[in-house]
Amino acid sequence: MKNPVLEIKNLSTSFNIKGDYYAAVDDVSITVHENEVVAIVGESGCGKSALALSVMGLHNLKNTKLEGQVNFGGQNLLSLSRNALNKVRGKDIGMIFQDPMTALNPLATIGRQIEEPMDYHMKLSASDKKKRVLELLRRVGIKNEQRVYEQYPHELSGGMRQRVVIAIALSCDPVLLLADEPTTALDVTIQAQIMDLMKELQNQMKTGIILITHDLGVVAEMADRVVVMYAGQVVEIADVKELFANPLHPYTRSLLNSIPANMEGKEKLHVIDGIVPSLQNLDRTGCRFAPRIEWIPAEDHEERPEMHEAEPNHFVRCSCYKTFYFPEDRVGEREYVATESE
Amino acid sequence: MLKFILRRTLLMIPQLILLSIIIFMLAKMMPGDALTGAFQGNPDVSLEQLEKLREKAGLNDPWYQQYGRWLGNAVQGDFGKSYVHQQKVTSLLAGKVENTVILSLFTLIVTYLIALPLGIIAGRFTDSWADKAIVTYNYFAFATPLFVFALLMMWFFAFVLGWLPYGSSVDIKLESGTWDYFVSRAKHLVLPVLSGSLLATFSTIQYLRNDIIDQKLRDYVKTARAKGVPEAKVYTRHILRNSLLPIAAFLGFEITGLIGGSVFIESIFSYPGLGYLFIQSISTRDFTVVTALVMISGTAVIVGTMLSDIILSIVDPRIRIE
Amino acid sequence: MSLLKVNDLKVHYPIRGGFFRKVVDHVRAVDGISFELQPGETYGLVGESGCGKTTSGRAIIGLNDVTAGQMMFEGKDLAQMGRIERRKYTKDIQMIFQDPYSSLNGRKNILNTIAEPLRNFERLSAKEELVRVQELVERVGLTPESIYKYPHQFSGGQRQRIGIARALALKPKLIIADEPVSALDVSVQAQVLNFMQEIQEDFDLTYLFISHDLGIIQHMCDRIGIMYRGRFVEEGTADEIYKNAQHVYTKRLIAAIPEMNPEKRFEKMHLRQAINQEYQTEYNNYFDNDGRMYDLKKLSDTHSVAMQ
Repeated sequence: MKNPVLEIKNLSTSFNIKGDYYAAVDDVSITVHENEVVAIVGESGCGKSALALSVMGLHNLKNTKLEGQVNFGGQNLLSLSRNALNKVRGKDIGMIFQDPMTALNPLATIGRQIEEPMDYHMKLSASDKKKRVLELLRRVGIKNEQRVYEQYPHELSGGMRQRVVIAIALSCDPVLLLADEPTTALDVTIQAQIMDLMKELQNQMKTGIILITHDLGVVAEMADRVVVMYAGQVVEIADVKELFANPLHPYTRSLLNSIPANMEGKEKLHVIDGIVPSLQNLDRTGCRFAPRIEWIPAEDHEERPEMHEAEPNHFVRCSCYKTFYFPEDRVGEREYVATESE
Repeated sequence: MLKFILRRTLLMIPQLILLSIIIFMLAKMMPGDALTGAFQGNPDVSLEQLEKLREKAGLNDPWYQQYGRWLGNAVQGDFGKSYVHQQKVTSLLAGKVENTVILSLFTLIVTYLIALPLGIIAGRFTDSWADKAIVTYNYFAFATPLFVFALLMMWFFAFVLGWLPYGSSVDIKLESGTWDYFVSRAKHLVLPVLSGSLLATFSTIQYLRNDIIDQKLRDYVKTARAKGVPEAKVYTRHILRNSLLPIAAFLGFEITGLIGGSVFIESIFSYPGLGYLFIQSISTRDFTVVTALVMISGTAVIVGTMLSDIILSIVDPRIRIE
Repeated sequence: MSLLKVNDLKVHYPIRGGFFRKVVDHVRAVDGISFELQPGETYGLVGESGCGKTTSGRAIIGLNDVTAGQMMFEGKDLAQMGRIERRKYTKDIQMIFQDPYSSLNGRKNILNTIAEPLRNFERLSAKEELVRVQELVERVGLTPESIYKYPHQFSGGQRQRIGIARALALKPKLIIADEPVSALDVSVQAQVLNFMQEIQEDFDLTYLFISHDLGIIQHMCDRIGIMYRGRFVEEGTADEIYKNAQHVYTKRLIAAIPEMNPEKRFEKMHLRQAINQEYQTEYNNYFDNDGRMYDLKKLSDTHSVAMQ
């Protein structure tokens, strides 16, 4: 096994809502190795973005409580001072944000914005910095880099801006990239380009990547390992091929079945009943997915659901996966099998 | 850019003509005219004499002829003669324009000197005691009427403490050009400037505080933090640049606002500027002066708006004009 | 007869420039598109942002002015109608918007939201109106009591269903759905899409389904038009488009759909590279000297493509 780059241990991130703290990330443990792409997937409200911001120390600590450990480069990032953390952010960990339209400062040139991390993390002369920026721009697939260097964000298209955001994240040769929905805000063809670019860069640079997304298609294209989150908890972890060939947790299976791309023609999509409970209304005892699969009898769930290694290196929470099925009357909803897609 | 300025300047001409027509018509529509103001009720002047004077001054001509004459002269810098002061309007205005410009300029500078740091502190350290104190001051500044505040300032600093003079723009016994004269002018400025600017900070502080709070949550600020930019630099390099931009753009409007605002301050401190003259001229129906003054402030508004547009297009790359 | 026949529809916006702000050019948001909707079918209009798909939908419902072309609805040209005549047809053509959060008025409760079109077009007593609204609300899967609640009290999926109930209130014939599920989570998307299929049968609806998501389009649509830079590049049945795409842009769009089988991800990447290659080498087959698409050429009764 390769060396771990990042170890998240029992991380809980709680937000203060009217005086009480509610965990949006609830006792999550994830390890990312060198040269490994770990996808964290789930729908809105599952805690995946809160997790990313916790790793980067980007929460407002006035109303956020962080517990557990985020071990990176021999230190626990959660216990670092702001100054010490600033030596890590932008240098060893780069972050890619969702919306390239808002992630760049509208008043600064592209060159300036890519250079900025180097001001704090590298000792380079002005001309070396510029050289490096131009090279980074070429590396993220921007051909007229001399011109783009001088331009402002509003002069670039969405896809170009996302390339710039990636260049910023890569500017100081990070060992870990945190990509929060990097393709969600983009058009389909641009999304494909950015995915391919990230795969290519990852091949060259051997960085570990945490890829946060709600899109299982992006997961299938990019991830080595997948972490499925629901209501703040990890419910399933497996290698990507294993997960798509043999999804176990009822949530994972339901999610796969509700994607139109997996269905031929006009068959009915699977519908997950109910809604993701809000932080305050979440019942934190028992299986959190149980209210949305009510046809599964209560005794099939665990009282305090644990992660089980169902297959080698394939972990799943709660025992309900063993007996889970899609009920007859709700079908059209046939089981999704990976090999059927083209 | 040049083309833009040229276009805006040319666009000003019809705006100014329209403005002048409106002002001229309004002045004509008001009951009475300059002669009424000067001689009404004077037993030595009979109505026939008055009528002759009117005929002679061209006040009985149709409005467009009067307007044409007035405009023709105004373009050459001649706004006619004040009937009350028996003096050319231009020479009447000469010293007063200077006084008002000095007063306005200092008020503007002091306003920004107070408002910018306070707005930045309040926005950056939201909910701290400093923020709460600044917000309280700001509500106070918003709620206090200018004339009440100015009178209080005058009462306290000029009468109770006796530190500062309370009227006029300079001690008239002093000769212009001497050091004492300069000091006296400065002293005469302190109270009007402070009274005006302490209250005028309201909009700038409020705007800056809200905008910084808003910018703090923007994604590009998250990007900056994720780059490892130290917190102080996150503000100076990123947030403030964005937040100060609209304030720079409002500079043009602020200048014109100040000229309007000087009416109160100048009247209270009997400071011989345009505002003081304006009030006096209205009460004596000295219309030639009133129209000239309204024309000046109207022009200032139009120029100020253009100035704002130009400033904004310089500082914001998104609306840079080729 | 087709329900709606769009013929050479153009929507142009002027660009002003120069010293006197003269019109120097036009943005050709929609530049001559033609298609027909048969009663009961779902027609998909696909493309990336800025391709003109939304503008086309808005032009049909009358939210955008039309520069040229015809829009024959049941044989009558909507583009030629005056405001008053056109109003009669707003009953028959309704729209579902992308963002269920902003397309509902937060200060109106659900009763007033859904009753609004009824009040504009039908004279009902308060009691009749209440009954109608309750029927609609139940039909979209909400409880009858919920009509006194406000939009913020509902989840995204429920709000979108309220939007649909409002569109259904006047029993329209044609519904223009502009990215109706793009703002929703995957599992909620599934709810709304299933539901749209159910009501299509119940109410005999024809859909013009506008989306950038080719997965959803494939799932929902009988026939599909692919748009690019304000024009059609290809039109055909779902099978023709997905299994036998002819235009390089269509191929590119389809290849961009993420591969759901992780085993084949590199195959997919190479396919994309090959298509990009084709895009460059065969450019002249697909675009004329000005970079414009050619006119559509029929390959079969249902399949046409914009090639030389």
